[in-house]
Amino acid sequence: MLEATDLVKDFGGLRAVNRVSFKVAEGTITGLIGPNGAGKTTLFNMLAGALRPTSGRIAFQGHRIDGRPPHAIFHTGLVRTFQIPRPFAEMTVLENVMLVPLDQRGERFWNNWVRRGAVRSEERATRERARATLAFLGLERLAGEYAKNLSGGQQKLLEIARALMAEPRLILLDEPGAGVNPTLLGTIMDKIQEIHARGVSFLIIEHNMDLIAALCDPVLVMAQGGLLMEGPPDAVRRDPRVLEAYLGGAPA
Amino acid sequence: MTGLLSYLVFFLIQALIYALVALGLNLQWGYTGLFNIGVAGFFLVGSYTFAVLSGPAYATHLGGFGLPVAVGILGAMAMAGLIALVVGIPTLRLREDYLAIATIGIAEVLRLVALNARGLTGGSRGAQSIPRPFQGLELGNVASNLVFLVLVAALVVLVYLALETMVRSPWGRVLKAIREDEQAASSLGKDPFRFRLQSFVLGCAIMGLGGALNASFVGFVAPTDFLPILTFEIWAMLIVGGSGNNRGALLGSVLVWAFWTGTGSIAQSLLPSGLQVKGGALQVILIGAVLLLILMIRPRGLIGEERTVSREAELGGDGRT
Repeated sequence: MLEATDLVKDFGGLRAVNRVSFKVAEGTITGLIGPNGAGKTTLFNMLAGALRPTSGRIAFQGHRIDGRPPHAIFHTGLVRTFQIPRPFAEMTVLENVMLVPLDQRGERFWNNWVRRGAVRSEERATRERARATLAFLGLERLAGEYAKNLSGGQQKLLEIARALMAEPRLILLDEPGAGVNPTLLGTIMDKIQEIHARGVSFLIIEHNMDLIAALCDPVLVMAQGGLLMEGPPDAVRRDPRVLEAYLGGAPA
Repeated sequence: MTGLLSYLVFFLIQALIYALVALGLNLQWGYTGLFNIGVAGFFLVGSYTFAVLSGPAYATHLGGFGLPVAVGILGAMAMAGLIALVVGIPTLRLREDYLAIATIGIAEVLRLVALNARGLTGGSRGAQSIPRPFQGLELGNVASNLVFLVLVAALVVLVYLALETMVRSPWGRVLKAIREDEQAASSLGKDPFRFRLQSFVLGCAIMGLGGALNASFVGFVAPTDFLPILTFEIWAMLIVGGSGNNRGALLGSVLVWAFWTGTGSIAQSLLPSGLQVKGGALQVILIGAVLLLILMIRPRGLIGEERTVSREAELGGDGRT
């Protein structure tokens, strides 16, 4: 469903991503691993439109999306979360989530004058869906809290809640397990599986190999800007090239 | 007693005109985080547009269309909005500091145009005999002011209600999200440029409305009415009252204007004539000190922002509102 072809990203003289091609098949949870500085987040930023590729192409469900702005890519059903959560700090958790649905009537300011009833009924439906989404992620008690007051792990759940409100086809998760305590990590893994069972595909950057092994198949490995290999998690774990990349050997 | 009363009317008209401008700035800064420091420029556009459209025929500069006051007011809003569109399209795609630089620049450019384009504005001598609404009724001075106060108050209520309705909504929610984190808002499907442009243009149109009313009330406009100090005053009103809250903008306008005129008359009655001019500088310093105090004691202003912006997301109890 997502296909990248010969993706390149240069920052000045530095080539952060070097001719990377891969596919994410519909219905999978695809993992993306690699040592720090391998270019994973840069790759994500290109997929989500935050960065424009230097060259190469990205297609999502048959349509080219490379070079399009993030909000336009979001409209195609491809949604990302951030490595470091970016909640709207001075907004409540409920508003963070209610913001998300696409093309809300009340987002056209004049509708709030002339079509108040329609806006209100849509808002009530959005609120119910937001409540249900927060309940699914165990955040319902925090609905009225400022997002900035949430713990780091809760903010990760809020990121997932926002992504879900978009009714996405594919979610890009950037390190959902980083800085999260083991209990919460278990919750996050469960939730990913439940969402996956509803028919949503994932592409996940992660360093935690337990999470990768439990959830992801296939796994893509990046090192030094390039794609090193692709395969099932067991094969990836045993591959000498991967070990070498992680342990700091010469470029494979 | 009538003297005091008529002064009160006079004071309130001016305060409410500033309140309109502060409401416009609140939409931009309070809700959207747009750093517009060229408020005086959009006020100027509204003032002159109104003078040209509704004023009498001038011997040396543009005018004489003699359009009804209501048309003049709408024209002033449209023109201020149009200028905002021209400024906003290239700058609102960029980081917010660029908007600040562009707006302060455009305000000075507009003032210099007003000063030098004599054929358009009357240059340094300004435009005179700008009409008030209901001028044909030949009301006395006091009655005329009273009628004007009612009109301005009605417009403040109208603008306030219109803003509250549009801001306590999904639209306001998107504005606030863009204010909080533009990149995250964009990655959640909202086009920051589109919403910022709407907020900027609407806010500037409201500033233009304030300018038109001011020109009509005073009956005279000149380039010296639009110095950067005006922008500073409006900002002080919004910060003191509480940015992100329309009632805060209203309260701040009345309070800061009371403080401004109050210190002005105190300086006038206490200071010897040689020091009067310096008294003006002291006024600015005092306002600055008040601003500093507010920022230290109540950083969110007297009436701070409410927890929830969109009406339907309000919760009982812990939601506070």
